[in-house]
Amino acid sequence: MTTATKPKGGKPITRLGDRIFSRSTFVAGAAILAVLAAVAIFLVAQSLPALLTDPANLKGEPSSFWAYVGPLVFGTLWSATIALVLALPVAIGIALFISHYAPRRLASILGYIIDLLAAVPSVVFGLWGIKVLAPAVQPLYTFLVDHFGWIPLFSGPVSGTGRTILTAAIVLAVMILPIITALSREVFLQTPKLHEEAALALGATRWEMITMAVLPFGRSGVISAAMLGLGRALGETMAVAMVLSPSTVVSFALVTSVNPNTIAANIALNFPEAFGVNINALIATGLVLFVITFIVNFIARWAVNRRKDFSGAN
Amino acid sequence: MKSRNLIAAGALFGAVALALTGCATNETGTNDSSGSTSSLSGTLTGTGASSQGSAQEAWIAAFQTANNAVTVNYSPDGSGAGRKAFIAGGADFAGSDSALSDDELASTFTACAAGTSPVEFPAYISPIAVVFKVEGVTSLNLDADTLAKIFSGAITTWNDPAITALNPDASLPDATITAVHRSDDSGTTKNFTDYLHTVAPTAWDQDPADAFPFTTGEGAKGTSGVIDAVTNGTNTIGYADLSKAGSLAVASIKVGDSFVVPTAEGGAAVVNDSPVVEGRGAGDIAIKINRSTTDSTHYPLVLVSYLIGCEQYSDSAKGALVKAYFDYVTSADGQATAATAAGSAPLSADLSAKVAAVVATIK
Amino acid sequence: MSTTASTTSSLISGQLKKRVPWLLLVACIAVAGLVLGIAGLSNGGTIPFDPVGGLIVGFILYGIAIYAVSRRVENPRKAKDRLVTAVVSGAFILALTPLISVAWTVLSNGLARFDVAFFTQSMRNITGDGGGAAHAITGTLLITLAATIISVPIGLLTAIYLVEYGRGNFAKAITFLVDVMTGIPSIVAGLFAYGLFSLFFGAWIRVGIGGAVALSVLMIPVVVRSSEEMLRLVPNELREAAYALGVPKWLTIVKVVIPTSIAGIATGITLAISRIIGETAPLLVIAGFTSSMNYNLFLSTPGSPNPMMTLPVFVYDSYANPGANVQPYLDRAWAAALTLILIVMLLNLIARLIARFFAPKTSGR
Repeated sequence: MTTATKPKGGKPITRLGDRIFSRSTFVAGAAILAVLAAVAIFLVAQSLPALLTDPANLKGEPSSFWAYVGPLVFGTLWSATIALVLALPVAIGIALFISHYAPRRLASILGYIIDLLAAVPSVVFGLWGIKVLAPAVQPLYTFLVDHFGWIPLFSGPVSGTGRTILTAAIVLAVMILPIITALSREVFLQTPKLHEEAALALGATRWEMITMAVLPFGRSGVISAAMLGLGRALGETMAVAMVLSPSTVVSFALVTSVNPNTIAANIALNFPEAFGVNINALIATGLVLFVITFIVNFIARWAVNRRKDFSGAN
Repeated sequence: MKSRNLIAAGALFGAVALALTGCATNETGTNDSSGSTSSLSGTLTGTGASSQGSAQEAWIAAFQTANNAVTVNYSPDGSGAGRKAFIAGGADFAGSDSALSDDELASTFTACAAGTSPVEFPAYISPIAVVFKVEGVTSLNLDADTLAKIFSGAITTWNDPAITALNPDASLPDATITAVHRSDDSGTTKNFTDYLHTVAPTAWDQDPADAFPFTTGEGAKGTSGVIDAVTNGTNTIGYADLSKAGSLAVASIKVGDSFVVPTAEGGAAVVNDSPVVEGRGAGDIAIKINRSTTDSTHYPLVLVSYLIGCEQYSDSAKGALVKAYFDYVTSADGQATAATAAGSAPLSADLSAKVAAVVATIK
Repeated sequence: MSTTASTTSSLISGQLKKRVPWLLLVACIAVAGLVLGIAGLSNGGTIPFDPVGGLIVGFILYGIAIYAVSRRVENPRKAKDRLVTAVVSGAFILALTPLISVAWTVLSNGLARFDVAFFTQSMRNITGDGGGAAHAITGTLLITLAATIISVPIGLLTAIYLVEYGRGNFAKAITFLVDVMTGIPSIVAGLFAYGLFSLFFGAWIRVGIGGAVALSVLMIPVVVRSSEEMLRLVPNELREAAYALGVPKWLTIVKVVIPTSIAGIATGITLAISRIIGETAPLLVIAGFTSSMNYNLFLSTPGSPNPMMTLPVFVYDSYANPGANVQPYLDRAWAAALTLILIVMLLNLIARLIARFFAPKTSGR
């Protein structure tokens, strides 16, 4: 903490201005507590009717609310996982490129260019995904099914439109790329210079230096960056809602027309036309999403804090 | 000092931004130079079927131009939401792809004067086209049985014997069919499945519903989503309002012994010849569409969308507004506007006389 | 290759010349382009030549080639290093592809309707061509402004509390909760605002201020985080000097700490605004759609919704619910997307300018 310590001995003089000011900052902090509590309370309160009602009242007449939300949870996790698998290697590559390969002078500009991706609103990515990306990758999907259909992931029949979960995951991957890249880059740049120079002085190539000094140092940072990216991918709404062709199924197939939907996209698609207890059901799925992202973010923070304890950088 | 600079800069930016978007030029100005002789004023809130959406837009535009002091908001939230909101008093009128159910009729209508019943009548008729995109195929003949099998996933390739038998001249490829359906609840799906269920009950054993009953095929949000998916995909087929089909190829449907191309006239004709549901109030024109018609001038795959209002509103000013609006919508002028803007089929003369009589009773 | 191998100088023997990788890269892309071009032509031109595909295949070829050459001339370790260099640079170029594609698509499609009418007209009484997004731009500005007015005091004061006052479990709890809030999915924030307002008014509620509340939930943690960081950068010597002069703590904060860090705080707030201004999902849920101009963030007539259009929702709505003639709606959607991106970029630019021009002369470090 950077604050001045209280003067020792004797009670400090408290002035009215001081009291008002410190009280108001305290109230602001408490407001955050209240807001978060309100979010939780209102979500729970609005969810209860959906949990208590006869499942026959819900859309699609599932056997229970959990049967309704199950495929959505699967779709949410599955799409976010694919997105992470696609984005993580690329993000690490970019982070290394900017921190250790690109010329020093260019590094910040290149970083800024990648950050530009984060400036594109999700609805624009959705529009781009459906109008440009989906038609562009469809021939590739046909190729995959024709030649690699024996791999369950690429089993047919191929989607004729390219609006599959893989396309949605690609869009998600592009969207979480800047976050993972920015955080990983920061961590890589914090690698103690002495470690790097020591490795190079021993005759290591640049790659060997990276594997010996940079990556071990940055591992937990990269993990937390990946988790934060995963959290973002889990909650991303519009891009998935616009790109995906959704069904209520649990399926690992990547390039067919029948794809599991995600919680967030399901809410966005159905909310404007929902009424009665179905609104509560959608809010209840939102609560489930909240819990999932909370867990993921919690793991990320935990990784960061663990790193703080062990690294000498901070 | 610095913070003051900052605040000034921020304020300037905000002021410029607001000045740039001061007011919409198409909204101001017309109010003062009103050429309209209308004495109506107020706000009408409607909600309901999205199928009527673009027709409502056109009606509202024309109605607001004629009555400057009136604002009509129609939010295309879906038929079910529309009926619900109307019953609960959240909307002044509702648009719905299906007539009020008996349960709903028995409930209390908050916006209506105590003891009076609602009115409902068809206002928007639109043929549903089966659109497809297959390389080298421009025309396609289908019967209800084949159509049902394609969308239920029983037929999966374009050169299936059932399809080639109906289209001996077409060169259909050995390719997988991507059947696109609506992923959201919609009256289009309900009418489409109602047709399939009525005409081909063995191939389509699911009851008609707003939600598409099978998990096969590809889902797309809204009419535009279906059109987009069919247009951008390959070897695709889907169903959508005829007006939105655009440049896509449209399949002909087997009616009796001939294959009928969807037209507005065909849609209007089948509605005109269909019976009204019995046992309802005088102000309730709910139509039971004759799906299994064999008349080749009919196109039975058609969507009928209703307007629902009160016979007598508890607020009489509201009643006058609704009456004027409904009057315009069902007039020949209003129907023609919808036909141009949304490609709907205008009400036939018979039907529109019946509807006009109902609208005249609104208070 | 034979030329490099036969180099006689002992110092650089067993090492590729600097220009060799570049030449190899150009050669590989040329070969890939040629092969794909011929393949495309031999197919009867059904597969149009795809420059992006050519580049990707060329790059993969380069990776293989540079590994083989380097392994032959240099040694396996160097070969691996060169391969990784190729892969890492490739990752960067791969990430540029969507960026360039998005930028190009939005620009080329958006310019069609990027005209005066687009910024001066709403969609009221418009069913086909023409019209614009003035109502949506106004809505976005109003809702974002309201969200900023809600978020900045709460966020800034919380940051001050955490840096200047916060001790013990309460401060720790707030830090933790701010972290939790950062991770709230935007749609959940929208559902929260909807839940809050619908409880008081009814299920039909659609109102601009609800959108502002939802966006505040997303914005507050960002403001807290960035302001906290900036306040912590203020050197303690400044505070101590002020205390030594007998200045009360609150005046020290207001007159010394905040002015010193104001540039950083303003930058952080601007970036926070740029983050929320493109949010669609929460506004879709709570602010709703309308085609008319609406300056009123609150309910105008009791008992009826007062929806407010915003730019992101306008993009989505134009795409999802077009009229009979789709093209004008799509043109407007792209033009609105372009406007939205330009606004976000402008905010980022402003943030950078603030950081540059208003930064304190003496750095905090």
